[in-house]
Amino acid sequence: MTDSLLEIHDLQVAYGGIHAVKGVTLQIAPGELVALIGSNGAGKTTTLKTLAGLLHPVSGQIRYDGKDLHNIAAHQRVAMGITLVPEGRGIFARLTVQENLQMGAYSRNGQHEIAADLARMYELFPRLAERKDQLAGTLSGGEQQMAAMARALMSRPRLLMLDEPSMGLAPLMVQKIFETVRDIAALGMSILLVEQNARLALQAAQRGYVMESGAITLAGASGELLGSEAVQRAYLGG
Amino acid sequence: MTINQKSKPLLAVLAIVLLLLPFFIDALLGRGWVRIADFAMLYIMLALGLNIVVGYAGLLDLGYIAFFAVGAYCYALTGSPHLASAFPLLFPHGIHLSFWVVLPLAALLAGGFGVLLGAPTLRLRGDYLAIVTLGFGEIIRIFLNNLNAPLNLTNGPQGISRIDPVNVAGAPLNATQQILGVTLPSVHLYFYLFLAFTALVVFTSRRLEKSRIGRAWMAIREDEIAASAMGINTRNLKLLAFAMGAMFGGVSGALFAGFQGFVSPESFSLMESVMVLCMVVLGGMGNIAGVILGSVLLALLPEVLRHGVVPLQQALFGKMIIDPESLRMLLFGGALVVMMLYRPAGLLPSRVRRRELDTDEVAETV
Repeated sequence: MTDSLLEIHDLQVAYGGIHAVKGVTLQIAPGELVALIGSNGAGKTTTLKTLAGLLHPVSGQIRYDGKDLHNIAAHQRVAMGITLVPEGRGIFARLTVQENLQMGAYSRNGQHEIAADLARMYELFPRLAERKDQLAGTLSGGEQQMAAMARALMSRPRLLMLDEPSMGLAPLMVQKIFETVRDIAALGMSILLVEQNARLALQAAQRGYVMESGAITLAGASGELLGSEAVQRAYLGG
Repeated sequence: MTINQKSKPLLAVLAIVLLLLPFFIDALLGRGWVRIADFAMLYIMLALGLNIVVGYAGLLDLGYIAFFAVGAYCYALTGSPHLASAFPLLFPHGIHLSFWVVLPLAALLAGGFGVLLGAPTLRLRGDYLAIVTLGFGEIIRIFLNNLNAPLNLTNGPQGISRIDPVNVAGAPLNATQQILGVTLPSVHLYFYLFLAFTALVVFTSRRLEKSRIGRAWMAIREDEIAASAMGINTRNLKLLAFAMGAMFGGVSGALFAGFQGFVSPESFSLMESVMVLCMVVLGGMGNIAGVILGSVLLALLPEVLRHGVVPLQQALFGKMIIDPESLRMLLFGGALVVMMLYRPAGLLPSRVRRRELDTDEVAETV
C-alpha cells in the first residue's frame, strides 16, 4: 500500500474534553471506494472532520498524496482535492441551488471550466437543474443531499468524503443516493464513505473499516465484512 | 449587478430628484429639515456598513457605533485646536489636517479596530458574539469619556469642539457658497457631500454583495462548517467583514465630526448601536434598498415627533403633556413589535428572504 492516496497512521483526536478518536489507521488507494462503518458516537464524523482540517489531531499522522497534512488549513486542503460533504448536508439554505454549486468551486479558477462542470452536474443531477433558481433550503432532504454532493464535486476533489449521506432520508431516496455514490465512484475519484447503514455502504464499497469507540476494530474487503459474523451481529441485524 | 438599459432613465430621474431635494425640503419644510436629511444620510452609511457584518456575514454586532466614534474622534483630534491642550509644545495650535487627508486614515483606523474586535471573537456566534461586541462598544465610549486625565486626549465628557469644516476645492462647507449663480447654504453643501458618499457606499455594497467575497460571507452566514469545507478561509473572511463594516462606520464618523464641528462621547451610546441595528432589521437585512428605507424612517421618526407632537399637544391641551422623547421610544417599540408580527423579514425583504416565503409550498418530501 505504498501508492495510497490517503494514509492515516494512529490518529488520535480530542475536542471539548472528549477523546473521540483513539488510534485510527487506514489507507485509501486512488479510485477506491472505502466505507467506514460503526455505531453512533464511534468517532467516524470526528475522523472525517479531522481529515478535512476542521479539527486538529492530538497525535498521529495523515499523509495525502505523499504530503503530511499537519499544519495545512481546511481551506487549503480543499484546493489540494480533499472535500467533505458534511453530516446533515450543510447546505447554504438561503442561497439558490446554483449559488450553492458555485460555492463548491470557490477554491478554483477558470470561469469556463467551472461553467462546464456546472453543466455536467446538472446532467448528473437533472433534479437540481429543474430547481437551480430555487433556494436550497426549500429542497427535499434527498435533493439537498444531491445538492451537497454536487457542490462538493464542483471543487473537483480527488478524495471525496461523505458523512452519512443517507441520514434522515426515505428508503427509496437512500437507494437513489447510493446509486449516485456508485456513479461518482465510477468517475475515478477516491471516496471515503461514512455510514450507519452498514449493509448499503459495504455493498457499494470495495473495502471497509469498522470503527468502535474511537478505534478501528475490523478491516477488510467488503464481501468479507458483509459475511463476518461480528459485523452481521452488530450492524446488519443478522 | 450591472445596471441594465431599462433602469438607466430611472436612475437619471432619481439623480435629478436627489439633487433638487434640498431645495424642495428647504422651501416646503424649512432649513432645519435639510440638516435632518443630512443626518439621515449618515445613518444610511452606518446602516449599510453594519449590513455587511450582520446582513451578509451573519455576525451580530451590538457595538457598531464604536467605529463611528473612532472615525469621528480621528477627525476631531486631527482637525481641531484640541491637541494644543495636551501637547502645547508640540502642537501649539493643535493639528489642522485637511479632511481629505484624515478620511482615509479614519477609514483605516476604524478598519483596524474592526479587526481588533473580530480577532478575539472569531469562534463566537450569536448571543455570545452580541455580548462581546456590546462590551467593545461600551469600552470605546468609556475610554473617550475618561481619556482626559492625566493627559487630556479626548477632553472627556465635554467633547471636542471647534472642529474644522470639510473643505471642497478650498471652499469651507460651513459657510454659504455661490456656485454658478446658485446660493447654497451650508446644509445644502453638506447634503451634496453626503449624497456623494452615500452613493459610493451604496455602489460598494452592491458590488460586494455580488462578488465572490459577498458569496463567501453568505455561505459563512448559512453554515460555517460547510463554508470552510468548500475551501473558504472563514477566519480571514470574517475579519474582512468586520473591517469593511468598520470602515464604512469610520468614514461616516469623520463626516459627522466635520459636519457637526463638535463630538462628545454621548453621541456614541449603546442606544445608537441598537438604533443602527434596528434600521438594518426594520428595512430588511441583507437588502440594500431595505436598509436605506429603514435608516430614513428611523432617522426621521424622532424629528417628525419633535416637530409634530409638541405643537399638536399645545393646540389640543394648551400645554405639553407627553415629552416627545418618551413617546419616541413607545412608538419605536410598538413599530418593531408590529413589524415582527406582520413583516418579519423587514419592510423590503432581500430577494432571498422573499423567495423563501414564496416557495414554502415546494418543500415536499421525496
